[in-house]
Order: sequence, then structure tokens, then C-alpha cells
Amino acid sequence: MTKVLMIHPDKCTGCRNCSLACVFGHEGQFRPTGTRVHVYTWEREGFSVPMMCQQCDDASCMKVCPTGAMHRAKGGDVVLYERSKCIGCRMCTMACPFGNAVYDGATGSILKCDTCDGSPECVKVCPNSALEYVDDNISTRTRKKSFAAKFKSAFEEV
Amino acid sequence: MFGWSGTILRINLTTGTIKKEPINLNDAKLFIGARGLGTKIMADEVDPKVDPFSPENKLIFAPGPFSGTFAPSGGRYDVVTKGPLTGAIAASNSGGSFGPELKYAGYDLVIFEGAAAKPVYLWIKDDLVELRDASHIWGKTVPETTDLLRAETDEEAKVACIGPAGEKRVLFAAIMNDLHRAAGRSGVGAVMGSKNLKAIVVVGTGPVQVADPKGFLAAVEKARAAVKLNPIGGAGLKAYGTDVLVNILNESGALPTRNYQDGYFPTANKVGGETLAEKLLVRPKGCYSCVISCGRVTKVSNPKYIGEGEGPEYEAAWGMGPDCGIDDLEAIVKTNFLCNEYGLDSITMGATIACAMDLFEAGHVTLKDTGGRDMSFGNVDALVELTRMTANREGIGDKLALGSYRFAESFGHPEFSMTVKKQEMPAYDPRAIQGIGLEYATSNRGGCHVRGYTIAVEILGNGVKLDPHVITDKPHWVKLFQDLTAAVDSSGACIFGTFGMSGDDFAAMLTALTGVPYSLADYLQAGERVWNLERMFNLKAGLTSADDNLPERLLKCPIKTGPSKGAVSRLGEMLPEYYQLRGWDKEGVPTPEKLKELALV
Repeated sequence: MTKVLMIHPDKCTGCRNCSLACVFGHEGQFRPTGTRVHVYTWEREGFSVPMMCQQCDDASCMKVCPTGAMHRAKGGDVVLYERSKCIGCRMCTMACPFGNAVYDGATGSILKCDTCDGSPECVKVCPNSALEYVDDNISTRTRKKSFAAKFKSAFEEV
Repeated sequence: MFGWSGTILRINLTTGTIKKEPINLNDAKLFIGARGLGTKIMADEVDPKVDPFSPENKLIFAPGPFSGTFAPSGGRYDVVTKGPLTGAIAASNSGGSFGPELKYAGYDLVIFEGAAAKPVYLWIKDDLVELRDASHIWGKTVPETTDLLRAETDEEAKVACIGPAGEKRVLFAAIMNDLHRAAGRSGVGAVMGSKNLKAIVVVGTGPVQVADPKGFLAAVEKARAAVKLNPIGGAGLKAYGTDVLVNILNESGALPTRNYQDGYFPTANKVGGETLAEKLLVRPKGCYSCVISCGRVTKVSNPKYIGEGEGPEYEAAWGMGPDCGIDDLEAIVKTNFLCNEYGLDSITMGATIACAMDLFEAGHVTLKDTGGRDMSFGNVDALVELTRMTANREGIGDKLALGSYRFAESFGHPEFSMTVKKQEMPAYDPRAIQGIGLEYATSNRGGCHVRGYTIAVEILGNGVKLDPHVITDKPHWVKLFQDLTAAVDSSGACIFGTFGMSGDDFAAMLTALTGVPYSLADYLQAGERVWNLERMFNLKAGLTSADDNLPERLLKCPIKTGPSKGAVSRLGEMLPEYYQLRGWDKEGVPTPEKLKELALV
């Protein structure tokens, strides 16, 4: 079964623990430009959205990659990046409609979510359950159920 | 270097010179960073007798070793200077993401010296550091300033700035960052204004490095789990914010009411965190690397008080609410928004208006003084308007801008000011909670709860529950809380982390992060060292043991109603024992032996 990283911006408090855990897990240090998870906050409204690669089925980063550096393992779900094959053309960063493949000048490589080999650090560290790593067939369950709960309370009041 | 960035940025605003220097590693080990290391620089380089507004005073922005890492709720920075409200050392700390960004840019300390001839701001992008003209931004509010500076630098830049209140040297002006977070107390924003420094704008892309990544991760995971399990740190603060304390303090008979005339407010619930959550809360918000999320994103749609922003914290809600005899939450939230937009300390603002209302009702301030405005307790319009007038120094606001002590003194009645060292005490009545009274009296930055938050044990039962009315052992607890807090502040961490985390947790994280071994004893001693260094600065500035005092009202006028009816503060019985525990003489001066023990000579 395929798993997906589900984002719940309504639960995000903008703390960046996900970004920090991501870069620390990959590099053992805290470098803001080394993270694969970016959180954007609209300060006036106090609204924050974490962003990371969604491992598209039909991944444009893979399509445009001239060397096969962006690839899927046979039978795998995650779009992987092979540093040794990368020529640094940055086509993937231009092709990704979400901006979730990023060229990192400090390491000369592409940063994108690799799900930490199926055990994403960002999900483990989120104190607000704003990130979930769940089977794709129930990936919207939390969201749907929380909205259903609003119906429930509304109807209970009537 | 691990934990620390290793670099000081020194800006002389008079000459416009910008220098980079290595930090003194021995000082870093001894004073940790942030509040501690900033105070060390002040003690070494600034005459404590300096006029806070003179160019000889320095203004230091300092994140701590934790800032920029994922140490739980460890993303804070301190602003250290000599405070104009208190005449004492000021170290005001703030969350948000500004402190970590300074670290990513590569700096442990940014020291401002001198004063600019015309308004400037500092733009930092990693190694690139430049002073830029800020004439076109002078006079702008905090949100306007933030937008304009991002437009001319980087849309994701982090901005710390002053609003009109800081420019006009309101003695309790704050420095604001991330729009809503404040280095609030002691008037650090007014010092920034006196230097013609409007803002610091920073983008940082470099790393904070870790000495022992595995050990750090293990220590952080343990600490995080401890906060999660704590009912306050793990659940209560996120659900209701700090304003949940309104009802708790009121039920303890310790909610100062109408400028400390009483300690109980019958309609307190109307301004409490539960009501805020039900009526005006949009969602909780967390500072950088926070695991608690006590921040309140709030919105008022009532056209009279329309606005959006963050807060209020408990102490702000108290000052603008019960302390002014007010229970209109929308007006309080609006006033808090105004404080953030103009850059005012929301605690001192509310408490100063409360003092003015008290003087008005007593007949010492008349309609002639107020320009015909009724300033009785409970007057909601007065609360909102006086806040605007204070920030802009209009009418009677020009005098309110001096804080309650100087305001009351100018009308011949300083005894109406509920201050210690001329700074307003926040929302916990020392008549009903004995330990916090000793803490207020001895706090190195004047009336302040977050220098030693004994409320955690005297009211909230965090780990231990003490009887708030007894004085036995309180000097011991006050000292312990003050020392631990000084170390936590100096690490760049939030004291709310202590709702779950122990001193051992902080010491373990700091050890793994920096590679410098800190036992619990070392960590607490570093805090004690910072405390004594601050004390020495204040004594040299001219403060004495006579300033370790509470207003007479708290010592002689019992609480009139509620659960603590009849209580007064017994400060005089606790203070000698406190001095003794601190290793200070009868005049409150650290002994040579104590200074030697702490490596302060």
C-alpha cells in the first residue's frame, strides 16, 4: 500500500519543528536552507502552511531530468534523487509546479523529500499533528472526519 | 564552533562602522549566551551610571545557543541594555523567528554603540551587513514598517523594529519582531529610538552546528516528551493560552484588581482564556521550535474594536482588564493590538492606566488634567484612547508615557504606583502569593514575574505544590527559580519549557549541543552568575537594598474581598533570609567570597 505525507495547515502553528527535524535528520546540523520541508506563515492572519514533495504519480521532475537522477526505484512510490547522476541543470526545480524540488547552492545538489526512507522525521516531530504519514486510501480520513464532526455538533444542537 | 556561531557583530551608529569579532569562548561557557552574554558585554563595556538615552549606552541583540536548533521552545533572543524605565540592567526576551535568523546569519551578538544622526536600519544577509537610511519609515507602525522593509529587502526577511512609541521614547516602548512578538519590558524600544535605529532586518542561511548530534537528539526527545506529558505545557497553554490564568488567580484571591486595591474581581471570567478561546481565538500559534503553542491568533469583528493580530497574554489582559476594573474582552484585545502596532509594553501600559484611574478617582488627577476625559475605573473608552495617546505622546498621554511611577509622582502621589524599581508589577498579588512578592522586590529588572516564576509551584503545582500564603522556604524557592530562569533565558529557551522540562534536561541539551559539559550544578551556577552580574551592574548604577521593596499598599493594606481577604505581603520577613542564601551582606551586596566562587572577580 502506498503512503502519503498529508498536510493539515489548519492544525499548523508555524513552529518549524518539521523543517528543523528534516535538515537535522539529513545533515546533523540546523541549516535552514538544507531542509526539504518549508513552512510559510502569513503573520497577519497567523496562518502557516508546510510544503514538501508530494511524490507525484506523474512526476514532472522525473520527466524533465535528462540523466535519470530523478527516478523511482522499481515498484517504489517515492521519487528518489541520485546525486551522482545529477548534472545540476536545475530543470527539475523549474518543472515542479509546487516548488518542492530545490537547488541547494551550499551542497550543489537538489533537495526534495525522500520520506526519510519511509519514516519521515517531520511527521514524528510535529507537536500539532499537522503532518501525517498515512496510507493513501485513508489519507483524507482525518480531514473528512474532523469536518464531519462539525456537522455532528451542528445537528446535535438542532 | 558548536551551538554558538562564534561571531559578534559590532555596529557603531555614530561613525557608521561595522566590525566582526570572535566571541570570547570562556565568557560564552560562563554566561552561556543571550541574556547572560549580553549582560557580560554591558558589564565590561558600559558605565552602569550611564544615561540610558546617551550614545554611551549600548543596545545588544543576542540569541542563545539553542536558538536556531530544535531544542524545545528554544528559539528566543534577548535585548540587553540599560533600561530607561528602571535605571537597571534590562534584558527583554522575545520569541518568534528573529533570534534563530540572526544565528543562521552567523551572529551570537549584535552590539549597537553610539547613535545615528538620522534614522537608519540595519540590513543583514549573512556576511553582508549594511546600515541603510530609514527616514521614509520613521513614524510608521510595526506592521507598516515590517511590510516596507520586506519590500525593499527580502519578502521572507525577519524584522525586529520599533513603532512610534520607541521613536518618541515612551519609557516602556517595546521592540517588536515577527509583527506580534515583543521584547517588551523596561523600555528597550525607547533606547533603540534614542539611537535613531528603526529596525534590524535579517536573512540568514548558514548552519547552527551540533557537537554531539546523537546525544542532542536523545536529550531533545526526552525533553519534548516531558513537556508533552505535562498538563500545562502539553495541553493547557495551547488550548487557552496564558490568559487561562485569569480564573486560576482569581479563584486564589490573587488577581490584583483596580490598581491593587483588591485581589479579587467578580467578573474575571469575562476576560479569561476560556472566554477568549470561545469568542475571539482564531487559532494557536507557536514561536520558532515551539512545542507548546501558547500564542493566540485573535480577531475582533465588532466595528468599534475591529482588528486582527495576536494576544493578549494573561498579564496584558490583566493590566487592561481587572487592574483597570474592566471586563470588556474586545476592548482589551483591541488595546493589546494597539500596543503591538505602536510598540508598547502591554503590561506597563495597562498598569499605568490603572494607576491613572486610581489617581483620578482619588481626586489627585482632575478633569482639567485629563482634558475633560473621565478616567474612572471601568472606563473602556479611556483604556483604548489613552493607549493611542501614550504611543503618540498626545495630551495626558505624554505623561503616561513615563510609566506609572513618574506619572503618579508628577501629581505628588508616587505611592499610587504599583511598581518595583519604577517598573509595573504584573498580574499576581504578592499579598496572596508570598514568594512572588519576594521575587518582584528582588528582580534585577524591577517588577517582573518572569525573572523567577514561583507561580509555577505556589499556584500551579508544577512538580511541587506550595501554600502561597506561607513564607517558609520561599526565599530558597525564589533563588532557585531566579537562577534557573537566568540560565534558561541565557540558553535562548522559553521558560514555559519548564512546564515539563527539568534543569537536567536543559543541561543535557546544552552539553550535547555545545560540547561543553554542563552538569545541573554548572547550569544553575551559570544562572546564579548571571544573576549576580546583573546585581552588581545595578548596585554600581546606584540602586540599593532600599530598592528591593514593594509598594506600601501591598505591605500595609490587606486584600479586601475574595479568598485571600485580609492578606498582606510579609516581604520584610523573607528578605534577610534571601540575602543570606544569596551570599550577600545585609545591604544586599554580593560578598567578595561569593563573587570569587562565581568567577566574577
